[in-house]
Amino acid sequence: MSAPAIPAPAPAAPAPPPVETLTVKVNGKTLQVPKTHPDWQGKPQPTTMLQAARCGGVDIPHYCYHDKLPIAGNCRMCLVEFGTLMMDPATRKPILNEDGTPKISKSVLPYEPGTPRGAISCATPISPGMEIYADSPATKQMRESVLESLLINHPLDCTICDQAGECKLQEYSVEHGQAGSHFVEAKVHKPKAVDLGPRIVLDDERCILCTRCIRFTKDIAGDDALGIVNRGSYNTISAFQTGKFDNNYTLNTVDLCPVGALTSKDFRFKMRVWFLKETKSLCTGCGTGCNITVGSREGIIHRYEPRENDAVNGPWMCDTGRLNYKWIGRPDRLTEVRVNGQKVTWATAVKDIGSRLIRASSGSVALIASARQTTEELFLLKSLATRLGAVTDSVPREGEADHLLVNADRNPNTNGTRLTGIAFTEAGMQLPLIAAGIEAGTIRTLIVFGEDVTKHGIGPELLAKLEMLVVSDILPNATTAVATHLLPGASHAEKRGTFISVKGRLQKLTKAVESPGDARAEWEFLHELVHDVTGRNGFTSIEGLFNLMARETPAFAGLEWANIGDKGVDVKI
Amino acid sequence: MSTKVVARAPLTFYERTYLPTILSGLKVTAKHFTDTVFRGKTVTMEYPEERWVVPEGYRGAPYLVKDQEGAIKCVSCQLCEFVCPPKAIRITPPGADGAPADRTNAEKMPKEFEINMLRCIFCGMCQEVCPEEAIFLQKDYSLTGESRAEMIFDKAKLLKLGGTHGGVQKWKHKLEGAKAQEVFPV
Repeated sequence: MSAPAIPAPAPAAPAPPPVETLTVKVNGKTLQVPKTHPDWQGKPQPTTMLQAARCGGVDIPHYCYHDKLPIAGNCRMCLVEFGTLMMDPATRKPILNEDGTPKISKSVLPYEPGTPRGAISCATPISPGMEIYADSPATKQMRESVLESLLINHPLDCTICDQAGECKLQEYSVEHGQAGSHFVEAKVHKPKAVDLGPRIVLDDERCILCTRCIRFTKDIAGDDALGIVNRGSYNTISAFQTGKFDNNYTLNTVDLCPVGALTSKDFRFKMRVWFLKETKSLCTGCGTGCNITVGSREGIIHRYEPRENDAVNGPWMCDTGRLNYKWIGRPDRLTEVRVNGQKVTWATAVKDIGSRLIRASSGSVALIASARQTTEELFLLKSLATRLGAVTDSVPREGEADHLLVNADRNPNTNGTRLTGIAFTEAGMQLPLIAAGIEAGTIRTLIVFGEDVTKHGIGPELLAKLEMLVVSDILPNATTAVATHLLPGASHAEKRGTFISVKGRLQKLTKAVESPGDARAEWEFLHELVHDVTGRNGFTSIEGLFNLMARETPAFAGLEWANIGDKGVDVKI
Repeated sequence: MSTKVVARAPLTFYERTYLPTILSGLKVTAKHFTDTVFRGKTVTMEYPEERWVVPEGYRGAPYLVKDQEGAIKCVSCQLCEFVCPPKAIRITPPGADGAPADRTNAEKMPKEFEINMLRCIFCGMCQEVCPEEAIFLQKDYSLTGESRAEMIFDKAKLLKLGGTHGGVQKWKHKLEGAKAQEVFPV
């Protein structure tokens, strides 16, 4: 192994300009908080009481407020008692107490002594010297009353509600609510299990009318599909105009909904959320590389949810990506290692392939990898191809981009194929050459990973001319059907590794479930094969493999697995 | 953690002969002997033909119950599965396209509900946690089977053994309330 060249550290970026701050008191603690905070569009706006409290580690309960949505201020849950500096009208200077501390004018009306007059902390900007009482008796009383009001018509059907376990109404009721209610009147009944769109079910009784879904659909997804109809306690969310709520981002409203009003049809009554094991991973549907959380129980994936990463996807993801997990548990998954149709062990198959590849003359081997594979796997394939003098390529996969997250490049790791050198110009350019080589008989061995090459110009009649066809895939297709050596691979939820998004964000995959049968993560058997063929070893763990790759690939210089973190790092593409 | 040493009094000479203890034991044997042989009393039971009658509140095997209208009460909330200490309960939720619940607006009921009676410790946590009063520890204490598979009781078996247990019928009242307001599409 060549000595790794450690690159000189990049010159430190110029220090950002000092942030302008204000001094406020949160629960008696003096804090310096930034004067502005980014709003949902990232524009600086005056810091609100809620954000100031958050700076001090105090979380003020809220429903309608969301960092990435316009502020509506309608749920009233974040009401807090506060005080401002008492100013001398003549001098505009703070009036001081006898002990020298500034006099605070509390938000209590003078003509009704003791009446709490809170302000919604999500929409009230802070002023210098402001005091926020996030857990004063008056604030607590306001919270109790707001919760009591929100629960007037709530059906309390937590037992059949999919949100139970991750419901803000449940959580705040336990934390800030009271056991009883003053209301003895019959609850207002509203429509239940309303079919709002192809992927969304609405329960109007559970809705607390925070309008998060309406704001998201209008302002983020750009489809003004939802609104509130009827009056007073008969307020209901409704899909107006078209009558259907159907865009590619509808399922984000399920995450946004703080209660169980909007639920996913796909996840409906499937599993209680407290059973789900949450694994931080990536969506592999397109080149954007949205961060996700995989919810699985006992080896079965039940749902994907977006994981907030402001550098990539914010808190959102598209519906297509979110539902792109069902094929993982398909019963026809490839689960057996096969050589010439006979079931064999991994050791036999890898040894057989290795010994044949060593004997192959230079130039007689071609390798088609997939841009759906992890960077580590592509790196191993490339080192195999280098030793064999093989021509390599991957398959492009284009679709339509949209205005928010979906990228036109449907491959999750096109940059991985470029940076590892599998397809360093344009993907798919070498495919006709490989086809011609097989036709002419110069290419006698073809290695295919994760692609059905019969759909990309190398038909079954060409594949029949090969001496050896090594295929690794997850699901059966026309190429796996004619493979001489068939190696069952692992889906993205069953292995670790990294992907590089179209914008050059290198991010980690984490294993959520086990592969079925004999299927194995590609990098595990590839490193054995690479060892057999090239004689190189020393990377039996994904960490070691990544670090080795980072040392040998200029674009990853200075990177280590341990430093990637959950949200990834930017690499030069 | 500190250790507390408990003083153990040495046995007296009388105790060390062990005879008094043996004799008091023999006294019980002799009493049962005379009771059965001379007085015609029985102290044992012809089990299994004859069964012990358990007292009220006895915690036997947990079974699912139906309400007074014969509807399945369980709504598949899976709290019992979560709370079960030996993980004996296994519920298969209905999913989005499962059969509709017996009770009109309860919306869901379990597709499958299994209790592994070999694992169950009759602790009663499932009964305590159930928000629907759908599972009760009943009086069966002696469960036998010829295989392990037979000892996993499924939904049909649990409901058959469980019988009926009335209750407040909250879903019915909700439905009636909704109908009264004429806004509920039924």
